Amino acid sequence: MKREDFPMLKQDIVYFDNGATTFKPYCVIEAIKKYYTEYTANCHRGDYKLSLKVDNEYEHVRELVKEFINAKRSEEIIFTSGATDGLNRIVFGFFKYYLNQDDEILIAKSEHASNILPWMELSRTKKVIVKYIPLDEDYKITLKSVISSITNKTKVISLAHITNVIGDVRPLKEIIDYAHKLGIIVVVDGAQAIGHMKVDVSEMGADFYVFSGHKMYGPTGIGVLYGKYNLLDKIEPLCYGGGMNATFDSTGKVQYKELPYALEAGTPNIAGVIGLGAAVRYLNDIGMNKIHEYEINLRKYLVNKLSNLSNIDIYNKNSEAGIVAFNVQDVFSQDTAIYLDKHNIYVRAGNHCAKILKEELGVKNTCRIGLAFYNNYEDVDKLIKALSNENLSRDIIF
Amino acid sequence: MDQNLKRDIILDNYNNPNNKGLVDDNKYIKLNMNNTSCIDELDIQILFDDKKIKDIRFEGEACAICTSSASIMTKELSGKTIKEATEIVNNFEKMIDEKDYDKNKIGEAIVYEDISKQPNRKKCALLAWWGIEKGINEHKTQD
Repeated sequence: MKREDFPMLKQDIVYFDNGATTFKPYCVIEAIKKYYTEYTANCHRGDYKLSLKVDNEYEHVRELVKEFINAKRSEEIIFTSGATDGLNRIVFGFFKYYLNQDDEILIAKSEHASNILPWMELSRTKKVIVKYIPLDEDYKITLKSVISSITNKTKVISLAHITNVIGDVRPLKEIIDYAHKLGIIVVVDGAQAIGHMKVDVSEMGADFYVFSGHKMYGPTGIGVLYGKYNLLDKIEPLCYGGGMNATFDSTGKVQYKELPYALEAGTPNIAGVIGLGAAVRYLNDIGMNKIHEYEINLRKYLVNKLSNLSNIDIYNKNSEAGIVAFNVQDVFSQDTAIYLDKHNIYVRAGNHCAKILKEELGVKNTCRIGLAFYNNYEDVDKLIKALSNENLSRDIIF
Repeated sequence: MDQNLKRDIILDNYNNPNNKGLVDDNKYIKLNMNNTSCIDELDIQILFDDKKIKDIRFEGEACAICTSSASIMTKELSGKTIKEATEIVNNFEKMIDEKDYDKNKIGEAIVYEDISKQPNRKKCALLAWWGIEKGINEHKTQD
């Protein structure tokens, strides 16, 4: 649906790499263009009309995002460069000070590198321990597996809302309710969820929630760090400079601004914020529940069609989000991706930055399809036709 | 060379690679080669006998082009002197980079002469050859 809104879809291509990044609708591109052509100025600075307009637009997006994820206060919305930036600020700006030696961090082997490496790095320097919640036969985690992994040393659980290879939607509300009874903080990486389903941080109860703009039809280089005010207020800035200080003098006396500005040093990505705002408005107009429902139905159609082919292994048949990981039997995933590229069908091959998932999956590399609402049934049919080629294992060469 | 024949040679070297599997022998120089732009990963072992390459082995998870190219490389360079091998490697790299090269110098590796038409596969074809180049340089500095 809504294919006409996306200039990239004027090309004769089937784009299935939406887990990596999504195409941008005209309204997002126009909003950015308008900022650069009609009201370029810095924000939080000038006493002139242009800058004031920038301020209003910028802060209005904060309000839009707050409502989009149902946060309680707009000060709980920090603009970052993306989900990776957000997770690093949480780990090195908060948990670096919050955790003590031998404290335990719970993650899973199906997490993206951005929700593993910062914790590993912290464990190296602070002598805290990273533990993995076991995955079930569908590579999912359950409340039960989380409970069995918690010890009296567990201080934080950090999980993706939807994982980027398996595409399972984590039962976060249940996990968070349980964790909070034990005083455990829960961090959620929402990168794969935010553009595909309704996210309600208040209902879920997440302590921190991060996501990237470019995976929700917005621009690259912009993201959001949400945190409950009392926790967010304890994050030490990783960046110091203009925009975040209230006053300082030559003796070193310095006072920083309050949230959200304390965590937004330097000239922010204004065009990115404005583009993100346009993406939020656009998604609101369509409706996140409608998007989710459409993608789930399309996934069912895709999995059904793929299952009918005798040469395809699907690794996540029972997942709830529009991500499908598969391999053509006896064909290296990259060869499959390059073969599909010849048919102008774009899928991702590799480990998808989830490099330790292979220990569970038994296979190092897969092809990944990430559906978006602009994919249609015809896209799936084209893929199936290309994969039905009897000479596929020969046609991977030239 | 006929396109179908090239494809057959590549597929044969992919499905039944030569010199695949590492040996437990510390006389071999061992290198790990990662393709930074994709997911090819090769381990290469080289046994030198003074100025000669006595044996080359490889192991890894890689695409059809990368695996077959490693197989062909091991065949073409085993038993060659370092000087001869370097000349073959140089000509192969020139071919992939679409520069002038001597067709008679690269043997079966000629099957990749059109790979530059698929720029995203150039590095796949080159990875094993970069490995042997690195190995030769390491051997030279050891001397």
